[in-house]
Amino acid sequence: MEVTALLVASTLRIAVPYVFAAVGGFYSERSGVVNIALEGMLLTGGFACVLAAWGAESAGVNGTAAAWLGVVAAAAAGTALGALHALLCVRYGADQIISGLGINLLAAGGTKFLLTLAFGSSANSSRIAGIPTWEIPWLSDWSVTRVLFCTPLVLLAGAVVVVSHLVSRRTPFGLRLHAVGEHPEAAHSLGIRVARLRWKGVMLSGALAALGGAWLALEQHQFTAGMSSGRGFIALAALIFGKWTPRGAALACLLFGFAEAVQIQLQGSRIGVPSQFLQMLPYVVTMIALAGVIGRSRPPAALGRALEP
Amino acid sequence: MSAFALELEDISKRFPGVVANDRVHLQVRAGSVHALVGENGAGKTTLMRIAYGMTRADHGVVRIQGVELGVGGTHRAIDLGLGMVHQHFMLVPTLSVCENVALGSEPRHGPWFDRDAARRNVVETAERFGLQLDPDTRVEDLSVGEQQRVEIVKVLVRGARVLILDEPTAVLTPQEVDELFAILRRLVDEGHTVLMISHRLQEVLAFAELITVMRDGRVVGDVVAAEADAEKLAAWIVGREVPTLQRRSRRAASRVEAEVELRCENLCTSGAREALHDLSFSVRRGEIVGIAGVEGNGQQALANVLLGLETPTSGRLLLRDEEVTTRSTAERRRRGMAYVPADRLREGLIEAMRIDENAILGRQHEPELNRGPWLRSSRITERALQLLRRFEVRPAVPELPAAALSGGNQQRLIVGRELERDPSFLLLAQPTRGVDVGGIQFLHECVVAARDAGRAILLISADLNEILILADRVLVIFEGRVVGEVTADAADPAQLGLWMTGSAEAAG
Repeated sequence: MEVTALLVASTLRIAVPYVFAAVGGFYSERSGVVNIALEGMLLTGGFACVLAAWGAESAGVNGTAAAWLGVVAAAAAGTALGALHALLCVRYGADQIISGLGINLLAAGGTKFLLTLAFGSSANSSRIAGIPTWEIPWLSDWSVTRVLFCTPLVLLAGAVVVVSHLVSRRTPFGLRLHAVGEHPEAAHSLGIRVARLRWKGVMLSGALAALGGAWLALEQHQFTAGMSSGRGFIALAALIFGKWTPRGAALACLLFGFAEAVQIQLQGSRIGVPSQFLQMLPYVVTMIALAGVIGRSRPPAALGRALEP
Repeated sequence: MSAFALELEDISKRFPGVVANDRVHLQVRAGSVHALVGENGAGKTTLMRIAYGMTRADHGVVRIQGVELGVGGTHRAIDLGLGMVHQHFMLVPTLSVCENVALGSEPRHGPWFDRDAARRNVVETAERFGLQLDPDTRVEDLSVGEQQRVEIVKVLVRGARVLILDEPTAVLTPQEVDELFAILRRLVDEGHTVLMISHRLQEVLAFAELITVMRDGRVVGDVVAAEADAEKLAAWIVGREVPTLQRRSRRAASRVEAEVELRCENLCTSGAREALHDLSFSVRRGEIVGIAGVEGNGQQALANVLLGLETPTSGRLLLRDEEVTTRSTAERRRRGMAYVPADRLREGLIEAMRIDENAILGRQHEPELNRGPWLRSSRITERALQLLRRFEVRPAVPELPAAALSGGNQQRLIVGRELERDPSFLLLAQPTRGVDVGGIQFLHECVVAARDAGRAILLISADLNEILILADRVLVIFEGRVVGEVTADAADPAQLGLWMTGSAEAAG
């Protein structure tokens, strides 16, 4: 019982950055812009969060408030990277994969460089306080409810999924986003500003993915170089597995999170399988999941296609 | 209120290297049906896009119901009461009918999209004009005719009083064409104005009141439909005397018993959308067999199976009595198959590559074109130049990218390339789609000449007229089955139309 509860709690915590990034990816890809830059956006979000929080703490702000400031800074940095991606892909019609790759490299190098400048180390930052879980009677006593209902960013991630689901299915914005990614000429012929909508989608995508990075940094109370370690790509896989819908993507994130949680538990239990094989588990699950949906998950028809001038 | 629903004054538009519109004047009387005709590249579509605010003119004024359009774009044109039904439907296939109709001006309920109101809008408008539409069906599940109705409802819901239709009948069956015209007639009776672009002169003459002819970006004049005939109109369009498209000579009687070149036996394919069910037929040497049918009834699957791009689940395919069912595409081409695909941009040529490179696509391994591992570019260019001249491709400049050619000229290039292979069996899919009158004439001559030279030809076309003009024998395909067969001379378009819509079983 207790093992199961721990596994569920751990699954939820692991899934948080995936959920932020995958739902972020939804906004970009639904509008027709491939976003492999999620990885760099996660990383940048984590760094911006720590930098802002550390700066605020140094200026005498209390730890929790500083951490929240970090969250806002992460979203802002992610939005900026999203704007860069949109500038290259939407405004100038650059190849979306190349632009994404460039942003990932920029984020990897840029955070390392700034890390050295700000903290004098190329490996990790100074410690920050982070956001404590809320103490609520009954709820905070059991590991699962503690993660689910007392951890602010987990609640935020849940809210993002619910709101995005409603936005995608029930609002004019969602309808237009879908149309723009599916048949931009049709949207244009109805007076919808295709480029502007794509800008919005990609920037929103950056902001959300960066929140995932903020979570990673706050969990570890510091930034370490390359700490996103491929999560952006797994989030992308979750988006595909979830058929480009927020709900599906979130469920896929939980599946991947579960695989990772199992892996961690198995490593702790010394069952005699080399740890390298166990560490492969989440990635193997990702690959099997993707292989299973190939051909059944249909991407937005105009995904990756630049607009005609 | 102005007497004119739409006025275009002194419109000029240049694209790099082309003058698409040159000081064009056009006035469309309110409550009339007006047609705009001209060859491909005459500037009709550009002009309509300018009227609709999708493209901005370099010079000139657009007035919709007496009000100047200015630079407000599509939104403003819609607000002024103009609606456009595009040749390639502007519908999002994965959205439902009511979502497509609402898109861009969604009814809202607070922050939410008001789906009920959107549904109501569709149903009310559709009923008012006697159209049948289910608001919750996904557009990709609709037939072409139904999709067109969605387009019409879409512009009507937006309050359009003036409708521009770009090639509305190109993809419809004869019955659907009749229905469309009935709908448009009702719209005009209610005070709407219709402006349509068409290549089909008979339809224009029967339906429009006034016809404006464009050539090389200019308006060459207006004709009252009642006083015009197809021959004169065609001559006007191309700027010279041309005979109207006529039934081609049939194959010589002596060839009736010629050898069978291609035989399909009980072909079946899987696939939810477009599968073949027990399809059998044969094509003899020196014979043109036409496959008539509404698009999406197995034509593409048939082409894929013949070419070897798709393996049938059962059935046999024989080329000169030798089974090729599982042979590769390359092997089939070596044995004398040639193919002019329906979608020339996707399968026919590579727009970014040079014309001469496109002219040898698929033949690049021929010894004559190679020296060791290298291609002999001078010989390729020389060969291409011959082809360009023989098939009157313009501009005949082998170094240009294929994208520099108009649709009609690209098609000449492809047909030329395939005929130069000296094929024994030629598969033509939609060979003249989007090609102008002069080009069609030329391509038809090529096809008939190939037939007379003893080649077996299978012609797949959505244009029934074309099949009646060219084919010796007509097969009608519906939902992957041959539902009717008739010799072209005995063919009756009304009967074919019934077969094409699955409304009548084959009589034999």
